[in-house]
Amino acid sequence: MKRFLPVLPFLWLGAFVLLPVVITLKISLSAPATAQPPYLPVLDWSAGLEGWGSFLEALDFTNFETLAQDALYRDAALSSLTLAAIATAILALIGTPIAHAMARAPARMQPILLALVIVPFWTSFLIRIYAWIAILKPEGLLSAALMKLGLIARPLEILNTQGAVLIGLTYAYLPFMVLPLYAVLAKLDPRLTEAAADLGAGPVRAFWSVTLPLARPGLAAGALLCFVPMVGEFIIPDLLGGSDTLMLGRVLWSEFFSNRDWPLASAVAILVLVLVLGPLLFFREADRDGREASR
Amino acid sequence: MARTTSPGRLTCAGLGKRFGDHAAVTDLNLDLAAGQFLCLLGPSGCGKSTLLRLIAGFETPSSGTIRLDGRDITAEPPHRRPVNMMFQSYALFPHMSVAANIAYGLNRLGRAARGERVDELLRLVRLDGFGARRPDTLSGGQRQRVALARALARSPQVLLLDEPLGALDRALREETQGELRGLQRRLGTSFIVVTHDPAEAMALADRIGVMDRGRLVQIGDAATLYERPANRFVAGLLGDVNLIEGRVLARDAAGIATVETPCGPLLAAGQVEGACVIALRPERLTVSEDPGQASSSLTGQVLDTTYLGDRVRTQVRLADGRLWRVSAPAGSKTMPAGTDVHLSYRPEAAWSMPA
Repeated sequence: MKRFLPVLPFLWLGAFVLLPVVITLKISLSAPATAQPPYLPVLDWSAGLEGWGSFLEALDFTNFETLAQDALYRDAALSSLTLAAIATAILALIGTPIAHAMARAPARMQPILLALVIVPFWTSFLIRIYAWIAILKPEGLLSAALMKLGLIARPLEILNTQGAVLIGLTYAYLPFMVLPLYAVLAKLDPRLTEAAADLGAGPVRAFWSVTLPLARPGLAAGALLCFVPMVGEFIIPDLLGGSDTLMLGRVLWSEFFSNRDWPLASAVAILVLVLVLGPLLFFREADRDGREASR
Repeated sequence: MARTTSPGRLTCAGLGKRFGDHAAVTDLNLDLAAGQFLCLLGPSGCGKSTLLRLIAGFETPSSGTIRLDGRDITAEPPHRRPVNMMFQSYALFPHMSVAANIAYGLNRLGRAARGERVDELLRLVRLDGFGARRPDTLSGGQRQRVALARALARSPQVLLLDEPLGALDRALREETQGELRGLQRRLGTSFIVVTHDPAEAMALADRIGVMDRGRLVQIGDAATLYERPANRFVAGLLGDVNLIEGRVLARDAAGIATVETPCGPLLAAGQVEGACVIALRPERLTVSEDPGQASSSLTGQVLDTTYLGDRVRTQVRLADGRLWRVSAPAGSKTMPAGTDVHLSYRPEAAWSMPA
């Protein structure tokens, strides 16, 4: 049993990560068909090696060619990456001070603050995004408040724009940025910032030169946890983005459910996977370079 | 030196620090002349580290003032105080090289001047060539020296050292004590070292301040603290001591008091009147079978004798049942257990303190 245990995580990854990816990849190389399942070819297990041969022969890259040629998919990919990147940057800007303040709070306050960060998860994600419609719509809370304050004259046209999507992404993913950052910052030795202050560094320099570099692993983890799912996000652009927000999640959804084009939807899914693997490798590389540069 | 600052005179007046209900430091007065080496000695929780943190500026005092060369720095944030601290854990920045750690406080200097100063400090702590290394690749002793160099970089008026040798093993500690002492003499900077080790305090400091429960109980040189302790706590902290309670009956012209004790009248130096405690160090007592001519002596019975290499320790049960220890150089005549003996001492060696 003991010898078997280390293998378990790999079995899990194989069954629930690698296998679905392989199946998706296979479907993305197929052609749509009016059949059950709605794509061709289907592997005929009874035909043996010959069946495998004709099956592999029937696979092609047509769907990926479509993705490359049709501007719709390129725009959707670009817009997904851009929105996810902007939202990640905003999250880092908002999340770092929050996590920093939490880690500096009195010890008995910290569990309460931590609970406050997690509490939104106890409500349905869908409901929380719906709530933003009520806040952002022209006759909603935000417009009313801003008009009361005299900051704007006419109701805000923000719902169904990319701005609303950014607000939604930032709101929904904030805990994923704050939690890993907090985990790193809470473990930071307070003597280090004291030493910085002792050596003449004001609070700003101490933060930039000591706290932030040491919090980088948390920042990298938070950025990945936010950026990767945001690229493929569906609900937020669908509910808040209106028709002019094109994101890969929505494209995938409409290919799969409206057009019933499983192969093309699978190709989009593979594209999302490739797009998020990029930043993953980039962050790992940057992290390693950073560690070596400071050596 | 790239930046020279004259050592400062540090004055704490009526300094107090409370954490909720707990008084960490109470009404503390301290006057440290420029260029002095002071050790704050006391058991853990006596407030010595809090005092250091108050001087560094990491804690805000609940009462009192801190002055440096007459200037009130009580309200100044740590980064504006001409005081630097070497932390017990060293608190080296793990993401920076040794040179970058040392240069951290020198950001006002130009690049060339900074490099020169770092090299100079590396030489000072005998770490030339280690500038590019990272703290986690150094030994404990090397890290300690990086921390020292970093704290000295800005030429502070007062250098604070929190248990600077606490993390080193014994052999290295003794060697480093000498180095630290030599460094302080050469630089002329005022040093304040916090330690719980009386031997270390005596080896290092010009003056030792003994702290107990947030108060500075006594401050003076090692000899004064050892020979003339202010109370039982100080007497016991600095080394083994025999104690006996009594009451001062009379005092002669030389200041030697006659004290009525459970073991008969004893002579002792000191200024106390009324109830008192007499402290006698074990090495100031002599055991013999005949009373001799000593003006002050006690009688007792030998309980056992222990050979300790450099000395012989004899435990003697006094007339009232209390156990006293006598320490004699190795090779002294030993007496078998059960021998009736006389303990004699010179009256000046006995010290009477307030009860």
